[in-house]
Amino acid sequence: MKNFKAVGGRLLQLALVLWAVVTILFVMFRLMPGNPMAAYIDPTFTLEQQQQLMAQFGLDKPLWQQYLIYLGNLLQGELGQSFRYREPVGQRIWILLPNTLILTFSSLIVAYVFGILAGAYLAWRRGSWVEQAAIPLVLTTRAMPEFWLGMVMLAIFSFSLGWLPAGGTRAPGAEYSGFLDLYTSRDFLAHLALPAATLAIYSQGLPLLLMRSNMLDVMKEDFVTMARIKGLSNWTVVVRHAARNALLPVMTSFAIAVGYQLQGNVVVESVFSWPGLGRELVNAVAASDYPLAQGAFLMIALVVIFMNLLADLLYAFLDPRISHA
Amino acid sequence: MPEIAAPAIIKPRRPHILARMFRALRLPMNDPFAVAGLLIYLLFIIVAVFADQIATHDPTEILYTPAYDLAADLRPGQDGFLMGTTSLGRDIFSQLVFGSRSALLIGITAAFMVALIGSVIGLVAGYFGRWVDAILMRLADIAFGIPFLPFVIVLAAFLKPSIWNVVIAMALVLWRDTARVIRSQVLTLRTRGYVEAARVAGSSDFKIILRHIAPNILPLSFLYGSIAIGWAILTEASISFLGFGDPDSISWGYMLQDAFASQALAKQAYYWFVPPGICIILVVSAGFFITRGYENILFPKLSR
Repeated sequence: MKNFKAVGGRLLQLALVLWAVVTILFVMFRLMPGNPMAAYIDPTFTLEQQQQLMAQFGLDKPLWQQYLIYLGNLLQGELGQSFRYREPVGQRIWILLPNTLILTFSSLIVAYVFGILAGAYLAWRRGSWVEQAAIPLVLTTRAMPEFWLGMVMLAIFSFSLGWLPAGGTRAPGAEYSGFLDLYTSRDFLAHLALPAATLAIYSQGLPLLLMRSNMLDVMKEDFVTMARIKGLSNWTVVVRHAARNALLPVMTSFAIAVGYQLQGNVVVESVFSWPGLGRELVNAVAASDYPLAQGAFLMIALVVIFMNLLADLLYAFLDPRISHA
Repeated sequence: MPEIAAPAIIKPRRPHILARMFRALRLPMNDPFAVAGLLIYLLFIIVAVFADQIATHDPTEILYTPAYDLAADLRPGQDGFLMGTTSLGRDIFSQLVFGSRSALLIGITAAFMVALIGSVIGLVAGYFGRWVDAILMRLADIAFGIPFLPFVIVLAAFLKPSIWNVVIAMALVLWRDTARVIRSQVLTLRTRGYVEAARVAGSSDFKIILRHIAPNILPLSFLYGSIAIGWAILTEASISFLGFGDPDSISWGYMLQDAFASQALAKQAYYWFVPPGICIILVVSAGFFITRGYENILFPKLSR
């Protein structure tokens, strides 16, 4: 019962955050300098035609009415028309979302598998020269600008060695019959390799450092000492007893990492001309395509907010000692 | 002997206010990495201050070779250009030197804003509790719901292009982490005996916060400040790279954008786009190293 109440409170908080982000978005885009229709209205339009268009987009109404229309539209999943593509924003986003998600999840899974294993290993080898050398190295990967790492990877593997393609998702002219056909093709995977590796190198630091410090904490706990006293082998103690417990917070951090990754994608997608949400956001903002920019921003924010929620809930359910206070 | 006549006035000598503040920061001077980080900061500060003397050329000037050709795409050392030139004939070394100025300017102001706003909100929320705490922490929740980089991009698009956009965005959004940590620290400090004693003695809330609680969270503020320096520099670089930066100020991010847009990758011009990245890594990781030294002092359970 107590748990239900706590989850209810957390959902209420979620609603508040969603409303606030949506409102901030409205204010930001309505305060944009110049007429939001400037990019859409052709200079040859007559004044009457312009006003007709303004009315069509609800821009002739007072601000509070525009705000209510905006909220109403959002609740129905209506994101408006893109100025540039002359097609619904929602449709555009659904085309791009799979690309972004594939990039995000493939890089994060690689990063987490590596990070967890390496973190556990470094905790086990605490104080050795391997650890002394590895930790500053890991911190350095966290200090790299992701897009710069992408540039270096491109220069080496694409331009100098010519091993991998330089950008996009498929070779020019290549056609694929379907969704699955494209995403499992050799061509697509070759295009995915560099951006995913770039993001993975950047992201492995978080699970690695988390896993390491959790392991160090867990190794001092009584039940680990107990396992040692029982005479269990070093391997059993480290893997079966310590690592399993240290893994919990690392797994919840995965949800948060998805949210962060989506933000980092904005630059990496731009470097590799990866047709995803982040790159579209940048292009839309640069081209004053406000409805599309707003939609892409909202989509990224939604994922961030839901991933934060998921992390909180996972944390509480996986570790009953944490209470929702 | 008038000196001996007035012993009552002699107070115990207190160290200078600056010395006391320095000690209150508890800089991790015995951790080799932290010291290395501090030295890197020092080096970049010196370069930034003396940029005019160190740079060999005006970083924005279009240069010509002694043979009166445009000095475009020269390799390092060619015609006396230490690190070569850009496609438009600008000196890379001088741009790198001047880039340290905007990096430190942005880094330090952003860190100051984040640490200040985060600390004040954390202190107020933790000390006063109840509805003040509830409101401030819901604000933090909202800030956690805003995707930071997209937010900076949109902000930069409708403010005038300026290096301060990054600082404004960080002040608006990134205070959240600092505030949460400092709030939880204040929650435990608030119940300490000396705070109770001060309250019983009739100290005002303002005085208790300023004299008894704030000094104890100063190292935490500094820790989050040094993380924020790195964030600010990385964010500025990303924003400039995406083309939303200030076109009139030379920064490392601007250099990378220039190199990327001028096909430096295809031209194999490693001398152009590698150095700015290395500089960013050095400054940002210096912040991380200092942070780590701090963590060993603040949370000593990790070190054996």
